[in-house]
Amino acid sequence: MIASLAVALVHIAVVGAGAPLLIGALGTLKARLVGRRGPSPWQPYADFRKLLAKEVVVSTTTSWVFRATPYLLVATSLVTALIVPVATVRPPLAFAGNIILLVYLFMLGTFFLALAGLDAGSAFGGMGSSREVAVAALAEPTVIVAVFALALRADTIDLGRIVERFGSEPHLALNPAHLLAFAAFFIVMLAETGRLPVDNPATHLELTMIHEAMVLEYSGRYLALVEWASAMKLFLFMTLLANLFVPWGLTEPTGPVAVLGGLLALAGKLSVLTLAVAVLETAVAKLRLFRVPELLAGSFALAFLSLMAVFLVR
Amino acid sequence: MNRLVYGVIAAMGIVAAGLGGYGMAGGAGTLRLAWLVPLGGLELTLDPLGGLFLGLIGLAAAPASVYGMGDPDGGGRGRLAYAVFVASMCLVPLAANTMTFLIAWELMSLASYALVLHDRESEESVRAGWIYAVMTHAGLACLLAGMLLLGAEVGSQRFADWRAAAPALAPATRDLAFVLLALGFAGKAGVIPLHVWLPLAHPAAPSHVSALMSGVMIKLGIYGLLRVSLDWLGVGPPWWGATLLVAGAVSSVIGVLYALVEHDLKRLLAFHSIENIGIILLGIGSAALYRVAGLDALARLGLIAALYHTVNHAAFKALLFLGAGAVVHATGTRNMEAMGGLIKRMPWTAGCFLVGSAAIAALPPLNGFVSEWLTFLALFQNTRLDAVGQNLVFTLGIASLALTGGLAMACFVKAFGITFLALPRSDAAAGAHEASPPMRLAMLTLAAACVALGLGPTLVVPVFGSVAAAILKTPPSATGGDWLTLRVAGEFASLSTAAIAVALAASLLVPFAAFWILGAARRTRAYETWGCGRIVQTARMEYTATAFANPFKRVFDFFYRPSKRLDIEFHPESRFFVERIEYENPTRSIFDDWLYRPALELLQAAARAVGALQSGSANQYLAYILVALLLMLVLA
Amino acid sequence: MFRQLRTALRTGIVTEPAARGEIERVGARLASEVARLFGRSLAIRQVDAGSCNGCELEITGLTGPHYDLERFGLRFVASPRHADCLLVTGPVTRNMAEALRRTWQATPDPKFVVAVGDCGRDGGLFRGSYAVVGGVADVVPVDAVIPGCPPSPAALLAGLLEAIGRPRR
Repeated sequence: MIASLAVALVHIAVVGAGAPLLIGALGTLKARLVGRRGPSPWQPYADFRKLLAKEVVVSTTTSWVFRATPYLLVATSLVTALIVPVATVRPPLAFAGNIILLVYLFMLGTFFLALAGLDAGSAFGGMGSSREVAVAALAEPTVIVAVFALALRADTIDLGRIVERFGSEPHLALNPAHLLAFAAFFIVMLAETGRLPVDNPATHLELTMIHEAMVLEYSGRYLALVEWASAMKLFLFMTLLANLFVPWGLTEPTGPVAVLGGLLALAGKLSVLTLAVAVLETAVAKLRLFRVPELLAGSFALAFLSLMAVFLVR
Repeated sequence: MNRLVYGVIAAMGIVAAGLGGYGMAGGAGTLRLAWLVPLGGLELTLDPLGGLFLGLIGLAAAPASVYGMGDPDGGGRGRLAYAVFVASMCLVPLAANTMTFLIAWELMSLASYALVLHDRESEESVRAGWIYAVMTHAGLACLLAGMLLLGAEVGSQRFADWRAAAPALAPATRDLAFVLLALGFAGKAGVIPLHVWLPLAHPAAPSHVSALMSGVMIKLGIYGLLRVSLDWLGVGPPWWGATLLVAGAVSSVIGVLYALVEHDLKRLLAFHSIENIGIILLGIGSAALYRVAGLDALARLGLIAALYHTVNHAAFKALLFLGAGAVVHATGTRNMEAMGGLIKRMPWTAGCFLVGSAAIAALPPLNGFVSEWLTFLALFQNTRLDAVGQNLVFTLGIASLALTGGLAMACFVKAFGITFLALPRSDAAAGAHEASPPMRLAMLTLAAACVALGLGPTLVVPVFGSVAAAILKTPPSATGGDWLTLRVAGEFASLSTAAIAVALAASLLVPFAAFWILGAARRTRAYETWGCGRIVQTARMEYTATAFANPFKRVFDFFYRPSKRLDIEFHPESRFFVERIEYENPTRSIFDDWLYRPALELLQAAARAVGALQSGSANQYLAYILVALLLMLVLA
Repeated sequence: MFRQLRTALRTGIVTEPAARGEIERVGARLASEVARLFGRSLAIRQVDAGSCNGCELEITGLTGPHYDLERFGLRFVASPRHADCLLVTGPVTRNMAEALRRTWQATPDPKFVVAVGDCGRDGGLFRGSYAVVGGVADVVPVDAVIPGCPPSPAALLAGLLEAIGRPRR
């Protein structure tokens, strides 16, 4: 009981405190790759500190949905953090949910964020909401089919157990189906977290925004919560990619050493992934909005192929 | 008078629910009145599946009737029809022979036809009623043919006898009976492509009737499909289950695609019913396929998922229709493009509608999520089947269920967001008032039911499990897990919505704690929405429902085949000034264009050809009589 | 894609150290408190109140690799709701006066306004025109002015850093 509570606290601390560092490191890497010195990796922490000291300006057109959404976003991210195997193969809420719950928890967050975008009554917010739900809806089949491919081989959809099975039986993980599923999941991660080439998180042109357009009305501590939740979402997706597809380094939570080992392994995997995302974001341009469904259909094809590979090999 | 009638019906509903609960718990009873009805007499039997549907009807009829008490528009004229409607629906799951079943079925159809036509002036209502009547009677013809065929083969009109004689039936007869009965029931359930009546009839009826039609009446089509595929005809060949699965996959995706581009609030909800019927069919199809392969535990799982979704859909669809009714009553229009800002004027309705939207979008920890989760699991387990063809069908089901889930969420962001949020888009919306207390009570009850069904799956699943076991004739086994967690198929998956709900509630406090520790500023200031410095904000600057659905229209344009209509009125003095622009982007229904219109034309051509027989000449008619007489003498 | 990456890695970091520059403080509002709050993180929203775009071109240079304002924690944001500082260019034309005022109102406190260029100070070239209200201070309260026509990116950067009290790096 105490042990699982401790692991829960570790999850929350790592995800909550590590997410801004991930975003900051991504920003620094992207700057260095184009010849700029760039912001320090700790910049997001300074940004949050400053945002907490600002007042909040709320539009008179909005309702309680607008004010409740930042808290809901943070809540869904934190609960998801307790289901994802971050440092061990027994996340605290493993009994309560699995990967399908995870996908739908993220959808809960997207649902309310889209409503908040519509709530202000501005055309930007509505446009952002419409595009965001379109991308989320089209990305969902890929996630579920890719997960199914994984669950097939591991014979469970519980995240911790998938990691455990793949970790203990490497031959399950080292086959082309796994690689295809990884590629599909990677593309979906870019789509769901609003990174290039689907959405540019640093754009100022409202007509090109997807995620940013919905948060144009938020300020002060609400904005801090929304940005934190979005950073946690990226962290969690990357953790999933890292731990589901490269499962070595995670063990049962037998004590602080095991947890620390898991965290170190995660740090290593996340560094590689962050570098990959930074290189990709620097090298490709943002896709035209109506080319994004083609990209998502491509990722679905990859996931489907991965599934077929599993069926045929069986 | 109004309140008395509806009060009685609500009480009747509660009694029916009680009886249904008794039936689910294993109690059985029979009532025979041989003299009441020709060809077999009235025979009613209570068994677990019938009990479940009876309970469903009762539990949905009670809030709908309470709502009817408070609704001044729809209350008056249709009281008798409504009473007959509810009573006949209660009889259908209890019917134990052909005549009883078909009489109850036809009464239900006639009563709902009368209710659809309650606004006799409007051309739209009349057309909706006509198409509904035609489709429902076509279905009745199929049912009649199928049931009489089975009755002739088995030698008895009683369902219990069919069940007993099922293993001995010839496969050709069984398949034909299955096709006929399935077509009839699928038409009532609104499965694609027999769905054309649903989006016309449901919006035309008053809201509490729509709630029952969508929440309960189409479930009786599901009831029939369950009986046909799993009960009366025994264990059938795999193509039955595969057909149901594919029909479910297709219905779920097409239903939600049509819902996405609808601006009529009630028609949007009606299309969503088609989608949810598709999801239920996914569960039934998987149960049938697992049963053929002998995997009884998985068949039970598929059936539990289907039954759970049936109950959940009744709860949240009734809630949504009642909410839509309150909105339509308050604003006087069904068009979403004229609504907006209602959350501030109708807070209770908005809150209940939000719960319903979150439930139908399958967001945790509400009930829609639990039944979709169970359906996913039932579909995931297809790895235990050895046939690659069946694996492919299941994969199609999984992909379509995933797509449906995402699109349903998008659709309800639109439905709730455009209707309730931001500024009112018309004077009618600006002047809206909250719903009356009975309407609010009905909606709150259903919202509470959604939450309860979502947080308490561990209590509900064993009940459905025993019902499923009774139909599949397998011994009931306890589903895994304890009061907190639901465990499925051993180590495969587990779920605890209660734990998730508690975790979410606790996590909502984390930001507050963080603010307190870090000393965040607490000031809030109200100002206008940021609009790049524009001077005034009007409702015309908000996003519209058409615009919201536009990305989907473009992505799926091979399906919608939209056509654009642009009408520009220029200022008389200069073409550079525009007085008015009217833009319409309607979609065309492929079923109307490729299926129904050609079928109707074929029918009319055939009728014209046969009409040549009607020459008007008495001599020719006498010749016909002579030929018919000779034939009868020869053949007899 | 690879050629671009290879070129970038071969070229290396070209960011120049920031020079010391001039800033005119207007009033005592730019207190040390503001500097302490925004010393490590400043979100700037640039408002074009009728400028000829000469200042905008120079401001665009700030985001490039040579001047790189992001290394100091400064960044440009799209919405005034996210902003701490309004960087206003141009003499405020009559058509943009109300828009500027609304932008200022939409920005959450604490905030400060920096007027850019001679036009921002008092109308510059366009002072006295029938289409122009005057300098930015005639429409919203201004805390600092960076003079020049247009001010170079180095001057802009130095001015902004001076405004938030950062020593030069």
